[in-house]
Amino acid sequence: MKVDLTVNGKEITADVEDRMLLVHFLRDVADLTATNIGCDTTSCGACTVLFDGESVKSCTVLAAQASGHEITTVEGLASNGVMHPVQRAFHEQHGLQCGFCTPGMVMAIVSLLRENPHPTEEQVRAGLEGNLCRCTGYHNIVRAALAAAEVSS
Amino acid sequence: MIPASFTYKRAASVDEALDLAAEYGEDAKYLAGGHSLLPLMKLRLAAPEVIIDLGELHDLSFVADLGSRLAIGALTRHHDVEHSELLTRELPLLAHAAGQVGDPQVRHRGTIGGSVAHADPASDLPAVLLALDATVVARGTDGSREIPIGEFFQGLFETVLEPDELLTEIRVPKPAAGSRGWSFQKFTQRAIDWAIVGVAVQGGAVALINMAGTPLRAAAAEAALAGGAPPDGAAAHAAEGTSAASDIRASREYREHLARVLVSRALTEAASRT
Repeated sequence: MKVDLTVNGKEITADVEDRMLLVHFLRDVADLTATNIGCDTTSCGACTVLFDGESVKSCTVLAAQASGHEITTVEGLASNGVMHPVQRAFHEQHGLQCGFCTPGMVMAIVSLLRENPHPTEEQVRAGLEGNLCRCTGYHNIVRAALAAAEVSS
Repeated sequence: MIPASFTYKRAASVDEALDLAAEYGEDAKYLAGGHSLLPLMKLRLAAPEVIIDLGELHDLSFVADLGSRLAIGALTRHHDVEHSELLTRELPLLAHAAGQVGDPQVRHRGTIGGSVAHADPASDLPAVLLALDATVVARGTDGSREIPIGEFFQGLFETVLEPDELLTEIRVPKPAAGSRGWSFQKFTQRAIDWAIVGVAVQGGAVALINMAGTPLRAAAAEAALAGGAPPDGAAAHAAEGTSAASDIRASREYREHLARVLVSRALTEAASRT
């Protein structure tokens, strides 16, 4: 079937299988491979992207469902080579170890801060319930989220 | 994991969705947020030949005040139920419980109607709506009917909905004065997991999550409470009439223990909120 998505501001039209998952569309059709496939069962959050500005797990959305909608991946955050405040905060607060969960963590935090620009530490931790870091590097990830909120205020 | 092949159809209106369902019959499944159905399809536990996507039926996403009742559109997402000012004020049990479903990403996609129609006894909202004496509105090609939620669930993943019917709306009576105390208790091993056991209390109504093949009311505990028993006395009856499963997470006996403990906590908390 024909799908027509706007990914990181760019319109992409493609003929795909009806059953194609959004994460496969992003990686294999749009050639945007920063979004990782982790658990593939809606648990780990590694594949988190923004769907019309809100965080979703792209392993549990069909590309067909996203047709006509706007998707943002971590590749779409920086503008003119300047990192998004959440990306900069991850860099400065050492919010990653192996880096596999990072694209999903960043997108989940971007969505969280849009809904709640000044979260408490507890709200950040609850807001990241859907993202797992198997390096268990949560402390600096939470610190990065709080630092990004500080910078944006 | 990739689902088995299917044909994707996107409905542009409720009428078109009903027409598609009539055309494809039991080969078709409605897709709302997809956060129950797509995981089952990826595991090949479900393999519908046709998917009818309801995602663009925005007129089924609403919260409305009908006077003595509140109406919630079936396509209203958990995120929108959680943040609805009207629901937070009038049905705090439902708004709070919606905020405990899954995780933020799941709540951005999952819908109240999808959760109810899916009829997973481990899901949070079916039991919450059972405690609230909700009514399910189903639309078919011949018109709409209202189904009391106590008659809606037939068994694991099974409801009284006919193949040509679409769940369009949920109506909930506003709790009467004296029944405004509420509590939602959910016991899990991991943050985002389904409840091993959960309890929803509104006034004197007590509903249990994951204690049988369907959500169910703890009738014996409710009767004890109505007879004047204190929370722990009423909660001692919480597991009566249940048929909890034993599985990798918990034995039946442990679930029965949890039901008694959680009902006691829920009744105590609800009593503090009246």
